[in-house]
Amino acid sequence: MIKPVKRRLFLISFALLGLSGSLYLIFDGLRDNLVFFYSPTELKTKALQPHQKVRVGGMVKPGSLVWAEGQKVSFIITDYTTDVRVEYVGIPPDLFREGQGAVAEGFLQGPNVFKAQSILAKHDENYMPPEVSQALTGDRIQRTLKEE
Amino acid sequence: MLFVLKPKLFYKVKDVLLPVFWVVSLVAFGYGIYLALLASPPDYQQKDVVRIMYVHVPAAWLAMGIYGFMALMNLIGFVWRNLLAFLVAKAAAPIGLTFNILCIVTGSLWGKPMWGAWWVWDARLTSITILAFLYMGYIILIDSFEDQDHGLKMGAILSLMGIINLPIIKWSVTWWNTLHQPASVFRMGGPTIHPDMLWPLGVMALGFTCLAAALVLMRTDAELVARRVRVLTFERIRKHMA
Repeated sequence: MIKPVKRRLFLISFALLGLSGSLYLIFDGLRDNLVFFYSPTELKTKALQPHQKVRVGGMVKPGSLVWAEGQKVSFIITDYTTDVRVEYVGIPPDLFREGQGAVAEGFLQGPNVFKAQSILAKHDENYMPPEVSQALTGDRIQRTLKEE
Repeated sequence: MLFVLKPKLFYKVKDVLLPVFWVVSLVAFGYGIYLALLASPPDYQQKDVVRIMYVHVPAAWLAMGIYGFMALMNLIGFVWRNLLAFLVAKAAAPIGLTFNILCIVTGSLWGKPMWGAWWVWDARLTSITILAFLYMGYIILIDSFEDQDHGLKMGAILSLMGIINLPIIKWSVTWWNTLHQPASVFRMGGPTIHPDMLWPLGVMALGFTCLAAALVLMRTDAELVARRVRVLTFERIRKHMA
C-alpha cells in the first residue's frame, strides 16, 4: 500500500523539480526581456538602434523638473549613478512629481536625451496618512499638498 | 487534514464551521468597509484612491491563497487517492478565479489614476494573469473527460504544476523591474503600511477569507450531492438495462 503513494509523491516532486529547472533557464535567458524598464545605467550599456522603443525608469531627480510652454515637460531620471534627461510633451499622471519613481517610454536620442512618448508614474511600497509623512519629512510634502 | 477528508466527517466539520464563517465574514465586512471607506486616513500621496487597496490586496492574497489550497487538496487527492479532496479543489477553483479577476479589475482601476495606465505588461501583472489562465485551464480540463475521476486527476496534475507560478507572482516585483511597487505587508523588515491603514486591511482580509471559506464549504457540499445523483442515476440506468 505504501508503495504507490510514494511513487506518486516522487512523480509529482520530480515533475515540479524539472519544471522549476527549465523555467529557471528560460527566465535566465529572457532576463533582459522580462524587465519592464531599464535603469539609466543599463540604458547606457545597451547598443540601441536609433528608432528602438525602450522604457527607462528611476527617480525623478529633485530640482530637475522644468515645465515649458505648450505642455512641454523636461526632467532627469536617475538611478543615483547615471542621469538621463527626458523630454515629453503632454500631461503626466497625477502622481508624477520630483523625488518619485517614473517610467518613460520612447527613444534615446543622442547620448543623454530621451524623447518620451508616454510617462508612467511609479509609486513605492509606503502607505501613510499625510500627518505622519509630514512629521517624518518636515514640510516638504506639506508644501506639495498645499500647492494642489 | 487528511482525516477530515471523509464525507461523514466533512459534514460534521461543515455544520460547525459554516455558520461561524458566515457570521465572522459579515461582521468583518461591515466593520472593514466602514474602516476602509470612512475611518481610515487618506494616503499622503495617493489621497483617497488608496482605498482601492482594501479590496485589491485581499483579492490578490485570496487568488494566490486559494490556488495554493486547491493545489494542496489536489496533491492529497492525487497521492492518497482521496475523492473528497479532489471535490474540494473543484469547488474552490471558481472562487479563486473570481478573486483573481477581482484583483485584476481593481488593480486596473487603481492603475489608471496612479500610474497613468489601465494595463501594462510588467512581470507582476503578467504572472497574475497567467494564474487566472491556470484556474480557467483547470476548470475546463476537469470537465473535459467522459470519466469524471479521470478529469479530476488530469486537472490535479495541471494545478500542481501551476504552483510554480505562486513564487513567481510573489517575487516578480523583486526579480525584475516592474511598474508595480514591491511588497508592503509580507516583506523582510515588517510592513511599510501605517498601522491606521494596516488594521482596516487586516479586517477586510479576514472578511474576504471567511467568505471564501464559507463558499468553498457550500460548493463542496453541492459537489458531493451532485456526485451522489450521478452514482444513483447510473445505478438506475444499469437496473433498467438488466
